[in-house]
Amino acid sequence: MNAIAALSPYASALAKSGTERHTLSVLVDNEPGVLARVVGLFSGRGYNIESLTVAEVAHGEHLSRITIVTTGTPEVIDQITHQLERIVPIHKVTDLSMQDRVIERELAMIKVHGTGEHRSEALRLSEAFHAKVIDATIESFIFELTGSPAKIDDFVDLMRPIGLVEISRTGVAAITRGAKGM
Amino acid sequence: MSKQMTGAEMIVEALKDQGVDTVFGYPGGAVLPIYDALFQQNAVQHVLVRHEQGAAHAAEGYARSTGKVGVLLVTSGPGATNAITGLADALLDSIPLVCLTGQVPTHLIGSDAFQECDTVGITRHCTKHNYLVRSIEDLPRILHEAFYVARSGRPGPVVVDLPKDVQFALGLYQGPLNVQHKTYQPKLKGDADRIREAVEMMAKAKRPVIYSGGGVINSGPHASKLLRELVELTGFPITSTLMGLGAYPASGDNWLGMLGMHGTYEANHTMHDCDVMIAIGARFDDRITGRLDAFSPGSKKIHIDIDPSSINKTVKIDLAIVGDCANVLGDMISVWRAEGLKADEEALAGWWKQIDHWRARKSLAYRASKTTIKPQYAVQRLYELTKDRDTYITTEVGQHQMWAAQHYHFEEPNRWMTSGGLGTMGYGLPAAIGTQMAHPKSLVIDIAGEASILMNMQEMSTAVQYRLPVKIFILNNEYMGMVRQWQELLHGGRYSESYSAALPDFVKLAEAYGGKGIRCSDPAELDRAILEMIDYPGPVIFDCIVSKEENCFPMIPSGKAHNEMILAELSDDAGVEIGSIIDEKGKMLV
Ligand SMILES: Cc1cc2nc3c(=O)[nH]c(=O)nc-3n(C[C@H](O)[C@H](O)[C@H](O)COP(=O)(O)OP(=O)(O)OC[C@H]3O[C@@H](n4cnc5c(N)ncnc54)[C@H](O)[C@@H]3O)c2cc1C
Ligand SMILES: Cc1ncc(C[n+]2csc(CCOP(=O)(O)OP(=O)(O)O)c2C)c(N)n1
Ligand SMILES: [Mg+2]
Repeated sequence: MNAIAALSPYASALAKSGTERHTLSVLVDNEPGVLARVVGLFSGRGYNIESLTVAEVAHGEHLSRITIVTTGTPEVIDQITHQLERIVPIHKVTDLSMQDRVIERELAMIKVHGTGEHRSEALRLSEAFHAKVIDATIESFIFELTGSPAKIDDFVDLMRPIGLVEISRTGVAAITRGAKGM
Repeated sequence: MSKQMTGAEMIVEALKDQGVDTVFGYPGGAVLPIYDALFQQNAVQHVLVRHEQGAAHAAEGYARSTGKVGVLLVTSGPGATNAITGLADALLDSIPLVCLTGQVPTHLIGSDAFQECDTVGITRHCTKHNYLVRSIEDLPRILHEAFYVARSGRPGPVVVDLPKDVQFALGLYQGPLNVQHKTYQPKLKGDADRIREAVEMMAKAKRPVIYSGGGVINSGPHASKLLRELVELTGFPITSTLMGLGAYPASGDNWLGMLGMHGTYEANHTMHDCDVMIAIGARFDDRITGRLDAFSPGSKKIHIDIDPSSINKTVKIDLAIVGDCANVLGDMISVWRAEGLKADEEALAGWWKQIDHWRARKSLAYRASKTTIKPQYAVQRLYELTKDRDTYITTEVGQHQMWAAQHYHFEEPNRWMTSGGLGTMGYGLPAAIGTQMAHPKSLVIDIAGEASILMNMQEMSTAVQYRLPVKIFILNNEYMGMVRQWQELLHGGRYSESYSAALPDFVKLAEAYGGKGIRCSDPAELDRAILEMIDYPGPVIFDCIVSKEENCFPMIPSGKAHNEMILAELSDDAGVEIGSIIDEKGKMLV
């Protein structure tokens, strides 16, 4: 939408404000095709997905929770929320970024290659970040790290010059603080 | 009340329980059990179309002219893909449809079986919702749910994909009594505080306008009644989109005509200069707004819509009320009365004076001719000769559609069936067939273009088979006129592929199908010929030969604002090159 809006004289006055990053929590009926509906909405309407996670959260009721990190102007984020609400098997859409206190966590597994000084440096840093060693050979480690996406980014940046081989990240799961549910 | 039966029998049973009397369809291998079940009963009539796209548009015409859900039945693979244009059309115009598609047996799904296609995958983006029925236990619930989803909230098309083994399987049928959808519960009642606030804004308005749309028609005839009442109470001017024509009567004193790209001068200027705009079941489509940053710049905007995603989609709204039009209008009227509110009569009188000044421009005027039939004249005569009858109008897409919207005047809702959002050429004839099925005694006319009509011409056979006396009134300008007009305005008059070459002889074509053909090219003969068409008791193709290079005005050129309309008189002035009015950015728009 943004790229087109920039060109078009129909460009909405709405699209002028700055882009923000939002985390949406979407409670859906866990039925075949529901993920395709959500992902198809984003591709079909030209919205961004930075990360997306999904898993069943209430087995008996067949409920899954999808957490989507997206970017857009506040007006676009508002549209995304309402467009998601139109999807029939969706129970509830919550823009967690609009809640005052939200916790975001991501899990990453990070494979690092190195010997000698590099190896011990990697291990020292992993301790500072509270990363766990979940696999090791004489010349490599795999670290498991849970934290905010920013913390994982920081750790990955530090590992890069040391000998980063590959990363696998889950994408963000998020929840609000306090006693109340979504 | 549950009964043991096959899946195919359940489908017919569910149709009956949902009050369906007519199904438009086309058979094939994957739906044979359903056709067998249809064969053995009389409650549901099947109408055999000649192409599945025709079934979808016929169901749309049926739905729009009755307010009920339209139903179509098609086979797997090509049957389903042929129906897709109609589904996309119904989605954009918010028309309630249930489309039953056959599918290969469940154990063959995914194996590239004969006539297999991923129907739920393909139709996901052009339906409100869709279902693949994987077991007979789910079938009754899904069928009833499909009708519920199609008709509730903002209506739309729903596909139910039915594998052949499920059609044969035995199971227990359940009636529709207890359909309580667990997730889909649209909000129908408007927020009371906001309604109060809206009504107070209206009472203070100096230059108000009501902009109503297809949502009022979707909401049912009662909503139109309430809309009229609100206009009466307030004395506000009212305009409507293409999709909302008929909700307020064209003969009403406060009527400004249609707004938007081909709307009237007065409607667009009123929108541009108003201080309070009340949008009711309309979605600020780009045909309405023109250039967004110049759209009604000085107004406070109230928007009533059942779909929260319609609000703030393209235009910033100051006061949004989510709810069904009839409910919200009813509440607004009660508050207005209860609080003894009065419109600002003095300001309104000045506003009307200004509006009358715009009206005086007579923006729908055109240069009359004694030698050739002007298309606008043809629609005017058609209107005069049919307005006192029980008439329904459908259209194809192009200039003729806009002339129909401008010059045929609607007094009631559900009388006007046109493809607005998708703009589907080939919509009008099948839609007329669907409308005629629902209203067998009424006069149903498809105002057509010679290019569009050929897109679903085959449905003439359907009309003949079912003795449906639909009238196809072709404004034959030998051009894809709307395309030609844009090429004239934007592409230096290079008429690339827009000439309708090698046209059939429409009179002979009508006769070949078993209908009647009439041709008229003389304005003096037109009335007589139209009456002959009306009086003929069967389907007619009327080949009305009109002037070839007429343009449809007024027009807001792409990328321009409401107060930058081009009027016919300007286009006639020597030396004014309309092509030069539209800038490079405007040319990129559609
Ligand atoms: C060649 C061509 C030219 C065109 N030129 C014009 C033109 O000049 N002027 C023009 O007006 N159109 C024109 N159109 C049509 C245009 O493209 C749009 O289809 C039309 O303007 C949309 O009408 P609408 O806003 O009433 O919305 P609709 O598409 O009818 O949508 C209805 C709105 O009401 C809401 N709604 C539905 N049900 C309810 C309910 N029960 N209660 C409350 N809200 C409800 C929906 O959520 C939606 O927002 C043209 C089309 C073509 C093909
Ligand atoms: C299926 C489809 N294809 C192409 C178009 C683009 N299009 C819009 S109007 C038009 C010309 C219609 O010509 P005709 O039916 O003769 O109507 P006229 O404009 O001449 O009244 C075309 C090709 C369309 N709307 N639908
Ligand atoms: Mg034509």
